Amino acid sequence: MFSRHARTTSYSPARAALLLAAVLAVGGCGASTTTSTTASSTASAASPAATAAAPAAAAGRLSITDPWVKTTKEGMTAAFGTLVNDGDADVTVTAGASPLSPKVELHEVVESGGKMVMRPKAGGFVVPAHGRLELKPGGDHIMLMGVTEEVKPGARVAFTLTVKDGAPLQFTAVGKDFAGGKEDYQPGHQG
Amino acid sequence: MISRRNLLAGGAVTAVGALTQRATPAQAPTQAVARLEPFHGPHQAGVATAPQAHAVFVAFDLLPGTGKEGLTRLLPLLTDDAARLTQGRAALADTEPELAANPAGLTVTFGFGPGLFAAAGVKSPVAQLPAFETDKLKKQWTGGDLLVQICADDPLTVSHALRMIVKDTRSFAEVRWTQRGFRGGAPGGTQRNLMGQLDGTVNPTDLDRAVWIGDGPLRGGTTLVLRRIRMELETWDAADRTAREFTIGRRLDTGAPLTGRAEHDEPDYQRLNALGFPVIAEYAHIRRTHVADPAQRILRRPYNYDDGLSAEGKPDAGLLFASYQADVERQFVPIQRRMAEGDLLNQWVTTVGSAVFAVPAGCAPGGWIGDSLLA
Repeated sequence: MFSRHARTTSYSPARAALLLAAVLAVGGCGASTTTSTTASSTASAASPAATAAAPAAAAGRLSITDPWVKTTKEGMTAAFGTLVNDGDADVTVTAGASPLSPKVELHEVVESGGKMVMRPKAGGFVVPAHGRLELKPGGDHIMLMGVTEEVKPGARVAFTLTVKDGAPLQFTAVGKDFAGGKEDYQPGHQG
Repeated sequence: MISRRNLLAGGAVTAVGALTQRATPAQAPTQAVARLEPFHGPHQAGVATAPQAHAVFVAFDLLPGTGKEGLTRLLPLLTDDAARLTQGRAALADTEPELAANPAGLTVTFGFGPGLFAAAGVKSPVAQLPAFETDKLKKQWTGGDLLVQICADDPLTVSHALRMIVKDTRSFAEVRWTQRGFRGGAPGGTQRNLMGQLDGTVNPTDLDRAVWIGDGPLRGGTTLVLRRIRMELETWDAADRTAREFTIGRRLDTGAPLTGRAEHDEPDYQRLNALGFPVIAEYAHIRRTHVADPAQRILRRPYNYDDGLSAEGKPDAGLLFASYQADVERQFVPIQRRMAEGDLLNQWVTTVGSAVFAVPAGCAPGGWIGDSLLA
């Protein structure tokens, strides 16, 4: 099974390998992490080093548990974790940002023409009221393009998610080596 | 009354741990699930913890580029893996989260060798042992910058934890050696080694004096000496039972000293036989390794190893002799020196691997193992 980006970006083997990793490694860490270490706090100029939550008065209370980002030398990578909404209303995440990348997108992985492909998720991530949304390899994830600075294992990387009608969610993800991003990849047929 | 019963009473072992310690291997799949060893605390788990059935010791050599900065990324990652896996939770980015569901008493214990301190630019509180004439050390079982000791009652749990630790260490270090071991004997009692002896009868009872370091940078920690002791089981076969018991100074069946009736009876080193010779021989193993002061005793937590057979059926087997003590020089070295000078057991055992590690204190939630040493 080969993956390809639904966008019309040009391909390098390294990029393709990352994409493959993001698509094939289904059932990752998020599945069993139920203990939250997240603390709610008012979003402001809070230290980006803290894994923090940003409550939004109207739209519910969003936090993230176990955020991590796949290590990479450069190019593309992705961040994962479990978005948790403690509020009474659905929360929609509309955009992401990180000092690591000039271009951060909210992606989903879907089947298209018999292949699993990833693409920007229309409307962003919706975290249901009193519910959660897992961001995991092979599923919804935060995609980083054009990373120029190496993401090392154990590094702490700041992220900000824009929340519709609410305060942004700031958190720090830890760099983790993850096999797909490090493997050689023989490009197959490229769409 | 010495040894594990007292460890249970005084150590950091949970009631759950004590319960499941009595589980037999046949019960393991259901019983072991209940055993959960706390990770956070003043001391690292896996030292005073009642020994689990299976263990792997893995030693890493740091890659040339791994210094203090790298260690302050690596050790929080490994601490996080250990904190999650020991509590039955998948590690972060765990590709097999189902394998974390049964912690089976899992403990993950970290040790720092002299090379790690050198890489971090920190004065090492430990050094390799002096040379002993009886040692035949092989490089493949000796030394190491970073040790991870993984113990659990389920070997699958051990393997999964090892896999996770190795994956997270790969960018920082390469594997120097792995040594796998298992424990035998009656559950909850002293384990039996592959020579058939009860092994580890005498252990310290006051760990705060004998094992845990009371001050300095390693406060709350300890030291680990891991010796790989090959047993010459082919020639041991040729020794009859009387010779075997004479060699050790204990009975094989009960583990009682030759001057006593029960395993934990105090040996009488003065008693003579009808011919006027000591009942426990001058060069019997227990006399040579006896430490009178309980506060100077080493904490032995040995595992057997059995690494297969030659074409002629000769085993590569022995003991992973894990010894914890507050002070290597003061507690371990004199015992080893006496043994090297003369011990009947030397005819059948050879130390082929040796490594010394500082075992830092435990950490609180949010901290990481070694933070007070390296941060």
